This record gives sequence, C-alpha cells and structure tokens, in this order.
Amino acid sequence: MTEVIIPIGPQHPALKEPVNFRVVADGEKIVRLELDLSYNHRGIEKAAEQRDFIRVLPLLERVCGICSHSHTTAFAKGIEEIMQLEIPPRAQYIRTIIAELERIHSHLLWLGVAGHEIGFNTLFMWTWRDREAVQDTLEEMSGNRVHYGMNEVGGVRCDLTPAQVRAALARLPLLEERVQKYVGMVNEEETMLLRFRGVGKMTKQEALAYGAVGPTARASGVACDARHEDPYLVYAEIPWEVVTDTHGDVYGRTCVRIGEIQESTKIVRYCLEHLPEGNIRVATPKTAPTGECLSRYEAPRGELVHFIRTNGTDKVERIDIRTPTLANWTSVAMCLTGQNIADIPVIVAAIDPCLSCTSRITVIDDREKKKNAITFDELRERSRARWHAEERS
Amino acid sequence: MDPLLLFIYIFLFPGFLFLFAYALTFEYLDRRIAARMQHRVGPPFFQPFADLIKVLGKEVIDPDGVDRRIFDAAPLIALAAVMTAYLYIPIVGISPLAFEGDLVLVLYLLALPTILLFVLGWLSRNIFSAVGGVRAVTQLFIYEVPFFLALLAPALMAGTWSISGIMVWQQQHLWCLFLQPIGFVVALIGLQAKLERTPFDIPEAETEIVAGPWTELTGRRLALMHLARDASLVCGSALVAALFLGGPQVPWVISPAWLGWIVGFILFLVKTLAVLLILSSIKVATGRIRIDQLNRIGWKYITSAAIVQVAIVLAMNYWWVRA
Repeated sequence: MTEVIIPIGPQHPALKEPVNFRVVADGEKIVRLELDLSYNHRGIEKAAEQRDFIRVLPLLERVCGICSHSHTTAFAKGIEEIMQLEIPPRAQYIRTIIAELERIHSHLLWLGVAGHEIGFNTLFMWTWRDREAVQDTLEEMSGNRVHYGMNEVGGVRCDLTPAQVRAALARLPLLEERVQKYVGMVNEEETMLLRFRGVGKMTKQEALAYGAVGPTARASGVACDARHEDPYLVYAEIPWEVVTDTHGDVYGRTCVRIGEIQESTKIVRYCLEHLPEGNIRVATPKTAPTGECLSRYEAPRGELVHFIRTNGTDKVERIDIRTPTLANWTSVAMCLTGQNIADIPVIVAAIDPCLSCTSRITVIDDREKKKNAITFDELRERSRARWHAEERS
Repeated sequence: MDPLLLFIYIFLFPGFLFLFAYALTFEYLDRRIAARMQHRVGPPFFQPFADLIKVLGKEVIDPDGVDRRIFDAAPLIALAAVMTAYLYIPIVGISPLAFEGDLVLVLYLLALPTILLFVLGWLSRNIFSAVGGVRAVTQLFIYEVPFFLALLAPALMAGTWSISGIMVWQQQHLWCLFLQPIGFVVALIGLQAKLERTPFDIPEAETEIVAGPWTELTGRRLALMHLARDASLVCGSALVAALFLGGPQVPWVISPAWLGWIVGFILFLVKTLAVLLILSSIKVATGRIRIDQLNRIGWKYITSAAIVQVAIVLAMNYWWVRA
C-alpha cells in the first residue's frame, strides 16, 4: 500500500472522548501524525470566575469524572494557602484517603482500558469488577461513587465513622490479592507482553524534553511526583515511596501504575489506621485576600496544576487549570512516529488521556488553512456576553 | 439415495435448517462461555436469533460510489460457500454426498468468506475497511498454509482424500488426535485465525480500525455475513471433529441403524461443543496480536510445526501404517 491518511476521531471506538489524529501511514507503519485537540471546550475556568468559593468546588469537581477529588483538593489547597488557614489533621487524613482511593480506582480503570485496547477484554471485565470494591468504599464514605463532594474550603464535608473505617479496611485484603493477580498477568500473559513491550518507547531525556508528567514520566525513570517534590496534605509524614520504572514503554507504564495501586493501598491502610481525632473543618472567612497561588497536586494521571489569583472578593479573579493530559500530549505524538497503526490505541491510552478536561481554546481549522484562533480577551468577551445573556433570561 | 431423503438431508436435517439453528446456538454458547469466564452474565438464549431477525429487517445503506451488485452478492456467496462445505462434512454417519477429494473442496470453500471479506473491504471505499481487508488477506496467507497442512496430514495417513473416508479409517484404527497431536493443535490455531477470533481478530480490530471490512455492511448484508461466519464456526469445528476426533462414528456396530444415527449425532454434538469450548477459552485468555507479530509467529513456529507433523506422518506411513 502507498501512503494513506487514516483519520482517527473525533468519533472512534478507541476513543471515549473527542480528539482527532490524522495518521499518515505507509502500510501499517506510521510516518507522521497531526494532532487536533479541543473539540469540547466547556468554559469551566470562565464559569468558575463567576461563582463564590463555596459554589466553585462542585463546578471544579466536574472538570473530570475520574479525578474529581484531585481538582477540588488542588483548588481548596490553593485558596487555603491564600487565606493562610491551617487545616485540622483529621481533615487532611480524610482528604488523603479519598485521594489515594481515587488513584486506585483510576489506575484499575486504566488497566482495563489498556487491556481493551489490545482486545484483551477479560482483563477489562475483571479490573472493572474489582474496581467496584473501591467505588463501594468511596460511596460509603461520601455517599457518591463519582463526584464525592468531600472537599470544602477549610476542611472536608463529612467525617468517617469507625464503622466506615472498619468496612474500608476489610475490603483492602481482597483488593491486594486481585492486584497481585494482575501483576502476574502483566508479567506472564504472552499476548500482553507482545503488545506492551517495546511499544511507545520514550527515553528519560525525551520524557524530560517533552515535559511528560505522572506515570508516563515515571515509567521512563523520571522520579517526578508532586507528592514527593512539593509535599501537601500528609504525604510528608506518612511512609510511602515514589514508584518508577526504567522500561519507558507501555509495559513500563503498566508496571508503574500497578506499583502505584499497591503503594496507594498501603497509604490508605496507614491513614485509616492512624486517623487522628479532632475537627474536620475550620471556620473560613467569606473572602480571600488579594494574592496568587500555584497549587500543585499529583492526580492519578500526573501533576495537576491550578493557578489561582484572588482580588479580595469572594470570587477568584482568574483560575487556570493545567491538566496532566495536556502535559503528556506532545510525548504521545513523539512516541507514535515509526510505530505500527495497530499500536495507536494502546500508546494513546498509555498516558491515560482525559480529553475533555484538557480542552481550553477554540478550533483552528488547519485543513482550510483558516487560522480561526481568537485572543484570550475575545474569548473572555464571548463567554461574558453569554453569561450575561443567561443571567437576564 | 432416495431423492426425498436427499432433499430432507440437504435442506432440513442435518442440512441447512439445522445448520442455521446450530450456528446461532453456537454463537450463543460462545458468547455465554466467554461471558461466564469474564464474570459477566452473558446474553439470553434467543439473543443471536433475535439479532439476526432484527438486522435482516434493517435498512440497507449503500456507501457513496459502491458497486451495489457486488456488495449485495458477496455476503450471499460467502454464506453459500459455507453451506456447500457443510454438506460434505459428516454429521450423522457418512455424508451421502461424499466423494474422493471432498476435503480439498471443503477447504477451498471455507477459504472463500475471507477472500470475500477482502473484496468487501476493498469495495467499501472506506479507509478502515480497506486496511481491514488487506489485513484479512495478509492473515489468510499466514494461517492458510499451516491449516491446510495440518488438515491434509490425516488424509495422508488414511490414504484417502474424503472426509468421510478419513473418519472411517479412524474408526478402524485410532483417532488422529492421538496419532497427530501437533497437527491437532495447529488445526485449532488455524481455525481460530480463520474465524478471526482473538488473538487473531486483527482484520476487524475494534479499537484500531472500527470493524475492518465489516464497517460499511448494513442490514441484510451484515446479517448474512454474520450468519456465514457463525456457520463457518460450526463447519470448522465439525471438520476438526471429523478429521481428528473420529467424527460421529462409533467404534462398534449399533443396531438398529436409526439408534446408531442418534448416537452418532450426539457424538457430533459433544465433539463440536468440545472444540468450541477450546476455541472460546483461547478467545477469552488472550489479547489481540499485531499482524507483523502474527507473520513472525505463523511462519516461524506454526508452519514449521505443521511441516514437522507432515514429515512424522510420512515416516509413520512408511514404517507403520502401510507396513
């Protein structure tokens, strides 16, 4: 076959969210690819500027369905820093427990999706079944399976009862046993090894040059982890380790994620067993003083950054969210060149992309050579106009 | 044979009517086994039947610029080829249509659906279909050689090119499963690849190329193609059962004759279901490999294994079977 252009997305079975690759392939080999992002701009940052701190948390929780706790923690942490609040230790422990449970269920979900991308649906069905144990725990603690709504500025919304702690602890051994099984499968199942080893390789230098974050970078031997570099919550005082791997391919990323599930299970157990007594929230002022804060948070997919600027009112003047997927996109484009068409889904899935969380700016139509980019002020005007129109109606 | 009996044999039982019912039951069992292994509930019994009727009634959509007549004909030819092949495979005792050389005919008829998939993919004017079609035909060249070699080895040993003849020879001697274990394994792998099931579902890899050559099939075209594939699953299992597991023959004489037929038919069901169980287990236990990996594995190991099996059969013929 001569060179063909294979369009992947915005609607494609391998992608659960909209993104477009135009893959130029020579037979089964990828020659180059063009990436087209941002099909789903939702204007969340703009909407966040219109709400006070209490109402902005539920909104930010909806940036992503998987790392919902990550976004609220990153924001609450930043605002608390600007307000110079000291959060009670019990609230910090509860936040950590939810965060690590979220990491476990996110990584289990990813493992299933990776299996599905290579047609190994048994792994998909099994991991998603085992993920239910984590979901059940989260539901018991917060009342919700996806958007837990645990965070408030100044603490957490609800306390953990001793019964909830016991129930959560009781579920951990089964989870550890199942994860042990997946460790065996990843290392022994022949078709998985064939499809994961040596696929989407990225060296340590490349990972640093392309600014990869999270498990993607750690699989290439870069020990970057916001929990370790810039400790927040209780990560500085509890025992845990950064999981890295030197393979640099999809296999390495799988190993890192499975290692992190095991590490997170240990953190959850430690936190549940050492849960300090005391209040779960402190009284907070209604407004925040003028200030700026860069809040770093290690979401399951990598480092999440919230930039927050306040101006003395009860609303943020500007919030900018940099999701880990945005940081990892360029590394995907690099990894894919020279690979097989059949490996596109698994390499793309290997960074655990969350596309709608990433969409920020409106479309640039490259095909008709029409640069339809608009400046930030124009975007601001546009969203403002829409907001006021809705206010009036 | 009495023309009425022949009519009944071809069209009713164990002919086409039974073939369709059994093919859909096979699909149900396949999905159900896979579902239970994956800790799911799986579909109810009537699901494949309901799906077939539903899809048959759906609108047929022609992609832009497609040759409609070939697009309509291809699924029909595929189904007809599989149905014809089925007539020569023993179901209850020896097939009344058996002739010397029907094994070769059956093998080529069963290869036809794959070629037609390639044609469909190429004609669809859809990039996913085209890539899938090329993959289907590439895969055909990889698995067909070891598959043919593995299925011809029993013929070599029995000294006949008739499936029913090979079955009778096994009845007098021993199942080819025990005489040619390597060939049996190669035949099962080849069958899995022929039916495009995981780990060989490369031509229709859902997450890579949507549905490959199936992408543009709608309505009755899709339904018939689907039925053709279910029927090839039955034919393939029955072929392996006949060539390696002794088919519906019992080693001793049962009288009256009708009781012998019933026992033979039950044996046929048991043996084909055993083959299906193995194929379903392979499907559940593996992920999809890449076409270049299949190329390497296929030519390096599977074909070599088939050639070794043929060599062993020739040596056995010289020293033991014919001696």
